[in-house]
Amino acid sequence: VSVASGVESQPENPLVEGLERLPVAPTTLVIFGATGDLAKRKLLPALYNLAHEGALPGRFHLVGVSRKEKAHEDYREECEQAIRQFSRRTPDEDVLAALLEDIKYIPGEFDEDSVYTKLEQVLGKFEKDAGEQLNRAFYLSTAPNFFGLIVGKLGEHGLSQHEDAEVRVIIEKPFGTCMAEALELNRQVLSVFEEPQVFRIDHYLGKETVQNMMAFRFANGMFEPLWNRNYIDSVQITAAEDLGIGTRADYYDSAGALRDLIQNHMLQLLCHVAMEPPVSFTAEEVRNEKVKVLQAIPHPTGEDVPEIAVRAQYLAGNSGGEDVPGYLEEDGVPPSSTTETYAALRLEVDNWRWAGVPFYLRTGKRLARKVTEIAVTLKPVPHLAFSQEGSLGVQPNQLVLTLQPNEGVSLRLGAKIPGTRMIIRPVNMEFLYGTAFLSQSPGAYERLITDAMRGDATLFTRNDEVEAQWLICDPIVKAWAQTPGPLATYKAGSQGPQEAELLLREGDHWRAI
Amino acid sequence: MAGSDAVWSAQGTTPDAIEAALRQLLIERHAEDDNYVPARVLNMIAFVDREWTGEIANRLSGVGRYHASRLVVLAYEPRRTRLDARVMVASEGKPAPGQLSLLRETVVVELGERHLDDLLTIADPLVVTDLPTLLWAPHGHHDVVTELLALAQSVLVDSLDEPVARDALQRAESLAEQAYVVDLAWLRSTPWRERVAATFDPAPLRRELRTITSVTVRHHPESTVAAMLLAGWLASRLDWKTSPLLNDGTALAGKAHGARQDVTLRLQAAPELLVRGLEDLTVETASGRCMRLSRGQGGLRAHTRDPRGVKREWTIPGASRGESGVLGEGIRQSLLRDPTYMPALQAARTMLP
Repeated sequence: VSVASGVESQPENPLVEGLERLPVAPTTLVIFGATGDLAKRKLLPALYNLAHEGALPGRFHLVGVSRKEKAHEDYREECEQAIRQFSRRTPDEDVLAALLEDIKYIPGEFDEDSVYTKLEQVLGKFEKDAGEQLNRAFYLSTAPNFFGLIVGKLGEHGLSQHEDAEVRVIIEKPFGTCMAEALELNRQVLSVFEEPQVFRIDHYLGKETVQNMMAFRFANGMFEPLWNRNYIDSVQITAAEDLGIGTRADYYDSAGALRDLIQNHMLQLLCHVAMEPPVSFTAEEVRNEKVKVLQAIPHPTGEDVPEIAVRAQYLAGNSGGEDVPGYLEEDGVPPSSTTETYAALRLEVDNWRWAGVPFYLRTGKRLARKVTEIAVTLKPVPHLAFSQEGSLGVQPNQLVLTLQPNEGVSLRLGAKIPGTRMIIRPVNMEFLYGTAFLSQSPGAYERLITDAMRGDATLFTRNDEVEAQWLICDPIVKAWAQTPGPLATYKAGSQGPQEAELLLREGDHWRAI
Repeated sequence: MAGSDAVWSAQGTTPDAIEAALRQLLIERHAEDDNYVPARVLNMIAFVDREWTGEIANRLSGVGRYHASRLVVLAYEPRRTRLDARVMVASEGKPAPGQLSLLRETVVVELGERHLDDLLTIADPLVVTDLPTLLWAPHGHHDVVTELLALAQSVLVDSLDEPVARDALQRAESLAEQAYVVDLAWLRSTPWRERVAATFDPAPLRRELRTITSVTVRHHPESTVAAMLLAGWLASRLDWKTSPLLNDGTALAGKAHGARQDVTLRLQAAPELLVRGLEDLTVETASGRCMRLSRGQGGLRAHTRDPRGVKREWTIPGASRGESGVLGEGIRQSLLRDPTYMPALQAARTMLP
């Protein structure tokens, strides 16, 4: 035990050295919205996979809270079905039984005090049986309009603090649907919990390939000297989906492409590309650097919006060889909807490193193919000694980081075509993660749930990050709300709307999706 | 297998010809579909007795995704005079549109005693340059291992395979001077080590690590080394001074010296056990706290007694990896580095009776 500045620090645990998996403190996880889609498709399978790998805390309890009336046994059965259906591996019967054995369920409306009283009792009983205080993690997997309410009730019932144990709240996206909502939600949450207790999920950050971007940039000496306005011409971030909205019309029509992907995931990707190297890879240092990037992006005014943002809706078309309906013909979508299914932005990061470099962001449903990638185009060489005649020409180097489906890095280089003449054409040097590692990536939710239980907030969004993201997107949301239509359109299965070309600086091109 | 395997074989061949065949098969697979891409992670050289080649192939087929990207099996048959070889470039399946399908390469070279003097020149051309190489000789052949270590960065051993604990620990330590040792006997104890570390991780309990008074390990009769490595791990992590244990007829027993008090050690064989490895670990502290882990259905069974004497028991979920899972983990671990194995091994050696 070392004593410094009058504060007694905890002794190190020497047994942790060399272990790949760090210990997770005994925890009770409470899922609000326990019968919802997210819980069934993602959270319960993630918990099973953690159990399978022996990665749950030594003492772990699960409590489901939801409106539907049902008994503990019925909920356990639902959990079992969800795990069998959605787990990435076939469940081991003994492990599954051990996980399900002790799950509790509390039915009730989220505004009913009795729910929280019962919850206190259940949590207390677990701790009495364990003979120790257990950490508590409240996972808000509900519709966003319940976040503030649940947090408030947890506070009223004294569940936001626990003597000799940690209490954490995990909040799913969307964190507000506009700046005002995000501010209000932050106010509500932070009036009950301290910021270090709050874990705002952005599941993109749990993806291995997103995390690997930091390793790519900061563990390789060859890229960082080029990673600035002197060598980089533009950056293009694409998150394209070939699917439509499926059964998510309710959510999607109120959100749209900008809120669904750009405000959170894609701005996070931009931060990973543009951030300065953090002093260390602690949660605070990494998030400090990301916030600085967001703060360097000018907030658009209403007049700027048509210059820097394009939105569009898909029309009927063809996808994967099948005829598919347009957005307005999808089940559950109002025929007069002006919700965008495609959004593209041109942003700038006004700092010493990036001034003048356009960052193009685009996302959409029903595009030609599913791909998420970051393309960094380098400036052309200053002088070309080669003839361009009879060739595809010498094109600038382009570094493409693909996040899905074929995770990897590819670098476009100019190479001589075999033959007697010096003719150059672009070739690709490719690195594919799938070919280079034996390990299978854990699911994003497995990683995020473990990190939240361990109190590591590196992969979660901090309150000032959320607010900085909204400062960029809110003026666009407002401008679009004030000019409801008609929207630009694009055919399902295409590259997106023609109007997106207008965002590009002269000489720039969208990469083929 | 849903995918297809491209195969080449030849009798009386040479390493150059084998390597050329590998290259040609890769070119052909790529031409067939450019979404076939060769995995480039790890070379693995397995030196095996030819009569057991099938058994080794079965063991390796169970490691799933932890298969080395290029496996070179040197199948030894003492009287063989001719070099025969078979090359397979296998895919996991036909690539789905827009998706990749990984290719894995297996080279089986049948060789005899006359080839042993030049073994390096046979194996060297067959491994992918710049990829790490793992060496495995499950049937002994220590001299051959010493020779092939020039090609490898890591070596896979199973200390439980050595019938005498002293030989096993000595062998592992001597190999560790030349390459990184991945010991399956050590990896089998990973879930136990993780749980002990986690049990004592909460701040109030960390202090009790310094007040451990006794450690008892029950193990399969052929798994003494596993128990010694686990005790050695605790001793090395907690700075205990260790000395030879005594065989009291039922167990290896003795004391280690911690900073505050002595620690009673007892490594007890359990003849009734059918499965190799550890069965049960009990750790007691000066406060009267007792933590016991034992093998159970669906995970480790935890039994605790707190300083007031209150007992509790529950299951910590976790699936058994099985022997193929442990082997796969060994292959994966060859790409990592565990700094705690060598100190544990050295501490275990000091406890040899």
